Amino acid sequence: MTTLDSSKEIQKNKSEVGEHHEDFRMFGLVTFLIADGMTFAGFFAAYLTYKAVNPLPEGAIYELELPIPTLNTILLLVSSATFHKAGKALLKDKNSDSQRWLILTAFLGIIFLICQLFEYFHLPFGLTDNLFASTFYALTGFHGLHVTLGTLMILIISWQTRLNKGRITSKNMFPLEAVELYWHFVDGIWVILFIILYLL
Amino acid sequence: MTISIDRQNENNKSLQPNGWLRYFSFSLDHKVIGIQYLVCGFLFYLIGGTLASAIRIELASPMSDFLPRDVYNQFLTLHGTIMIFLWIVPVVNGAFGNYLIPFYVGARDMAFPRLNAVAFWLIPPSGLMLIASYFVEGAAQSGWTAYPPLSITTPQSGQIIWIISVLLLGGSSIFGGINFIATIIKLRRPGLKLMQLPMYCWAMLGTSLLVVLSTPVLAGTLILLSFDIVAHTGFFNPVLGGNVVVYQHLFWFYSHPAVYIMVLPAFGLVSEILPVHSRKPLFGYTTMVFSIMGIVVLGLVVWAHHMFTSGTPPWMRLFFTIATSFIAVPTGIKFFNWVATLWGGKISVNSAMLFSCGFIINFVFGGITGVALAQVPFDIHVHDTYFVVAHFHYIVYGGTVFIIFSSIYHWFPKVTGKMLGEKLGILHFAITFIGFNLCFAPQHWLGLNGMPRRVAEYDPQFEFVNQISSIGALLMAISTIPFLVNIFLSVRNGKDSGDNPWNALTPEWLTSSPPPVENWEGDAPLVEEPYGYGDPFFDENKKI
Ligand code: HEM
Ligand SMILES: [Cu+2]
Repeated sequence: MTTLDSSKEIQKNKSEVGEHHEDFRMFGLVTFLIADGMTFAGFFAAYLTYKAVNPLPEGAIYELELPIPTLNTILLLVSSATFHKAGKALLKDKNSDSQRWLILTAFLGIIFLICQLFEYFHLPFGLTDNLFASTFYALTGFHGLHVTLGTLMILIISWQTRLNKGRITSKNMFPLEAVELYWHFVDGIWVILFIILYLL
Repeated sequence: MTISIDRQNENNKSLQPNGWLRYFSFSLDHKVIGIQYLVCGFLFYLIGGTLASAIRIELASPMSDFLPRDVYNQFLTLHGTIMIFLWIVPVVNGAFGNYLIPFYVGARDMAFPRLNAVAFWLIPPSGLMLIASYFVEGAAQSGWTAYPPLSITTPQSGQIIWIISVLLLGGSSIFGGINFIATIIKLRRPGLKLMQLPMYCWAMLGTSLLVVLSTPVLAGTLILLSFDIVAHTGFFNPVLGGNVVVYQHLFWFYSHPAVYIMVLPAFGLVSEILPVHSRKPLFGYTTMVFSIMGIVVLGLVVWAHHMFTSGTPPWMRLFFTIATSFIAVPTGIKFFNWVATLWGGKISVNSAMLFSCGFIINFVFGGITGVALAQVPFDIHVHDTYFVVAHFHYIVYGGTVFIIFSSIYHWFPKVTGKMLGEKLGILHFAITFIGFNLCFAPQHWLGLNGMPRRVAEYDPQFEFVNQISSIGALLMAISTIPFLVNIFLSVRNGKDSGDNPWNALTPEWLTSSPPPVENWEGDAPLVEEPYGYGDPFFDENKKI
C-alpha cells in the first residue's frame, strides 16, 4: 500500500470518527457531571450524618430565613427555562434571539450570586461558629462556585453566538448544548441543596 | 520489520517532535502517553522503593536509631502515597490502559486525546511537589490515610501540600477514567461487539466506573479536611464539635474502591497474558465479565470493613462483614478461571508467564487474609497491626506489581520491536518472588502477635522476625538491578522480535511492532475471537 493510499485511508477513517464526534463529547460531559455529582453526594452525606449524630451546642443558631433562598430557587429555575429558549432559537437560526436569551440567563445567574452574597453577609453565624455553619458555607460555597463558573461560560458562549462571525451556529450547537446541560445540572443540585439545607 | 514512524507523521500530529523527544512533549498519541505514564510511574517507584528500604533498615532494630521518629513518619507517608497514587494507579490504569485500549477497541486514539495528555501532565508536577514538601518544612506525617485529628495536629505545610497533590492526582485519575469509559463505549470499531472485547477492556471499564464514582468523594473530603487545617473549621475536629468517623466513612468510600482501582486492571492484564502463553482460550469469558461487574458493585458497599474498631454499630459491622465476604465469590471465580485457562495448556515458561503465575499464587494468599480480616471477631484483634500490612502488600505488590512486570515482559516487544532477555528476566523473577515472600510472609506472624503498624519502634521480642523481613526487602531492592540491566541491554541491542513474537491474537499484535502512529496502516482489524487459541494450524506455525 502506498503512502498516499494509507493516508487516504486514514482520512476516511477520521471522517468516520468525525461523524460520531458530537455524540461522544456529550457522553464525556455526562460522565464528568456524574463525577461532579458524586462530590456533592459526599457533601450531602456528611451534612446529613452530622445532622443525625452530632448535636449542636446549646444556643447555636441554625434557623435560616426562607425568602432569599426561595427567590434564588425561582431565579435558577427560570434561568434553566431561558437557557432552553436560547437553544431553541439557535436551532431556528435566530442567532441574535439566542444571544439575547443567553444574556438574560447569565443575568439571572449573576443576580443569584448577588443574593447569595447578600445572604452570607446577613446570616447570624460565620464559617467557624459551629458544625452546621461550616457545612452550610461549604455546601453553598461549592455550589456558588459552580454557578460562577457557569455564568462565565454562558457569557463566553453568548459572545460566540453573535450573528455572522460567531463560532456557535445551528450547525455547531455543541458548546451551547454542553453549557446548557451543565447549567441544568447546577440547577438540579441547587434544588436538592435547598430541600436538604433549608427545608429539612 | 519495523515500519518507519516518520512516514505516518505526515498524516497526523506532524507538529510534534519525533524520536525520544516526543516523550517529553505534550503528545496526543495514546502510545506515547502510555509510555510517559509507565516511565514516569517507574521513576516514582524507584523513589518510593528507596523510602521503603529506609523504613525496613529502621525496622531492623527495635529502637529508632536510623531515622528520627518524625522522619520515619514522613517516609512512611510518602512511601504509601507515592506507591499508590504515583506508581500503581497511573501505571496499571494510565500506562497500559492508554497503550492498549485504543488497539482493543479498534480505534486510532483515545476519545479525548487532549484531555488524555492533560491527565498525564498533571502527574509529574504533583509528584514532585509532594516530594519537595519533605525539603521545605517536612512532608505530611499522618500516613496515606491522613486520618484526622492526626492530620490536623501534625505540621500543616506538609499536610496541605499532600492534600493539593492528591487532589491533582485524583483529578488526573478522573480525567483518565472519563476517557476510558468514552473510548470503550463510544469508539469501538463498527462491528465489534462488547462481548468480543479483550478482558482488559472490561477490567478498565469497571475500574473507570469506580474512579468516576468514588474519586470525587475523596476530593470533597480532602477539601473539607483542608478547611479544618487552614480555616479552623471543625468538620473532623472533635474539639470543635466535629466527627472523625465521618472522615473515615468518606475516605474509605473512595479508598476501598481504590484498592480495586489498583487490582482490577491487573486482573485484566493477566487475563490477556495467560491465554497467549498457554495457547488456550481464556476460560469462562462471560463469567469473567460478570465477576468484574459484580466486584464493581460490591466494591462500592464494603468500605466500613476498614472501620470495625471505630465504634461502628453492630448492624453496620454485620452488613459490612457479609458484603465483604461476598466479594470473595466473584474474586474466586476469576481465580478458578485463570487456573482453568492454564490447565492442560501448552505452557511456555518465560518471564511474563512466571510473573503471572507468581501473581496468582500471591493473590490467593492476599485474598484469603482479606476474607479473614472481613470477620469482625478476628479483625478487632489484628486491625492496625502488621497482619494488615502483610495482607495488602500481598495484593498490591504480590498481585499488581507482579502483573506490571509480567506486562512489561509481555508487551516490551510490542513497544520497541526488541525482545527482553529471558535469562535476566527469570533471575529478576526469582529474586523478586523470594524477596517478596521473605519480606511479607513473616509480617503475618508479627501482626498476629500484636506488633502495631506505622510505628518506628517495637518490642524487642520481634527483632529477629523483623530482620528476616528486612532481608527480604533488601532482595526486593536488588531485584530491580537485573530488570534495569535487561531493559538497558535490550534497548541497545536486543534481539529483533518481529511483529508478533508470541503469536498472539489480540488486536495490538496485528500491526507492526512498534506500531505506526495511527495504529494501523489500513482499517483496524475486526477481531471477533481475541482468545481463539488452540487452532492446530496456528500452533504448528508457532515461531519461537
Ligand atoms: C478478597 C478481597 C478482599 C477482602 C475481603 C479484603 C479485606 C480487607 C479488610 C477487612 C481490611 C481491613 C483490615 C484492617 O484495617 O483491620 C483490608 C485492608 C486493606 N486491603 Fe484488603 N481485602 C481484599 C482485597 C484487597 C485488594 C484487592 C486490595 C488492593 C489492591 C486490598 C488492599 C487493602 C489495603 C491497602 C488495606 C489497608 C488499608 C490501610 O489501612 O492502610 N485488599 N482488606
Ligand atoms: Cu477494603
